[in-house]
Amino acid sequence: MEQYINLFIRAVFIENLALSFFLGMCTFLAVSKKVKTAFGLGVAVIVVLGISVPVNNLIYHNILAPGALEWAGFPDADLSFLKFLTFIGVIAALVQILEMTLDKYVPALYNALGIFLPLITVNCAIFGGVAFMVERDYNFGESVVFGIGSGVGWALAIVALAAVREKLKYADVPDGLRGLGITFISVGLIGLGFMSFSGVSL
Amino acid sequence: MANVKEMKSVLFGPIFANNPIALQILGICSALAVTSKMSNTLVMCIALTAVVACSNLFISIIRNHIPSSVRIIVQMTIIASLVIVVDQILKAYAYSISKELSVFVGLIITNCIVMGRAEAYAMKSTPFMSLLDGLGNGLGYSIVLLVVGFVRELFGSGSLFDVQILPLASQGGWYEPVGLLLMPPSAFFIIGGFIWVLRTFRTEQVEPKE
Repeated sequence: MEQYINLFIRAVFIENLALSFFLGMCTFLAVSKKVKTAFGLGVAVIVVLGISVPVNNLIYHNILAPGALEWAGFPDADLSFLKFLTFIGVIAALVQILEMTLDKYVPALYNALGIFLPLITVNCAIFGGVAFMVERDYNFGESVVFGIGSGVGWALAIVALAAVREKLKYADVPDGLRGLGITFISVGLIGLGFMSFSGVSL
Repeated sequence: MANVKEMKSVLFGPIFANNPIALQILGICSALAVTSKMSNTLVMCIALTAVVACSNLFISIIRNHIPSSVRIIVQMTIIASLVIVVDQILKAYAYSISKELSVFVGLIITNCIVMGRAEAYAMKSTPFMSLLDGLGNGLGYSIVLLVVGFVRELFGSGSLFDVQILPLASQGGWYEPVGLLLMPPSAFFIIGGFIWVLRTFRTEQVEPKE
């Protein structure tokens, strides 16, 4: 149990996907003008990461990993070179299924999250989360915790940035820095703040 | 057939006038974490330029045969296959660098520049022009990354391409390295500064007041 809590804290604060690995930056910068939309996108990312990391974990360990096809009679098969293609396909399919399910059964949630879901397929944070899961060799339980934790971390970061940007509207920024430039620098400062969590472990 | 002038603007436009990173906020996702050393940065730039140029070329060749309802999936498949090729080549010929780049080679798939150019340019242009457009955008991306990598490695560890340029104080020299530059947040400050410099010279890129 302790190991899972530790992993969760690490995924949320210390190894924050957005601020220390620069993942999902395109959407991170583009959709962070208002706290409300940023929050919606953040929740959508938590949901998609929480589902797609464990699912891809199962697929990798049962089909793609070296020697994983033993149950089908191919003990020598190594399909791990197909992992990128498979993961991106699985993510796209999952997002599509999630969108259709929400539309049918939970229309209220669909209206809130619907516009963000297509954006998420090409969000590097999702793919990055899945790739880290393989790289660090998480088991199924760890991948569930890691998926949700990194989603929460990403959501926190985007909400914080949106809150800062809402206030930045009133600041008198030099011409060349206005808009994108100052946003980058704010992200850097938030990242510095998050770095103070490093070393926290349970 | 396109004339030379148009070819030039397609190839060199994205470098400063219409830089994909500084102006369109595309494709910073996967790359900044690898810019603390010049050698890694250069490999990443070459990999991305190769992928975006080839994906533009191939998608443009088959653009008239792709039904528009499944075009995203088709583009994704082509891009993912190219990235797999790049990843396997790196593993075979530059294993140590491929280990250091870890997941970031794979992240080229979700790099918005590649998808963005495929969707915005290659789907409606001839193969040769798409190839040039891909090369140009790859170069525009590379220049930002190389500037960031240059500043971070030179001032962060006093070396370039692992060759010591500034003698470090810890080894008897005079240069005290700036540790902050090796941390992730510094890349954001450098890009912010890059945008500021670029827009000071190209005032038409300054964003209007809200």
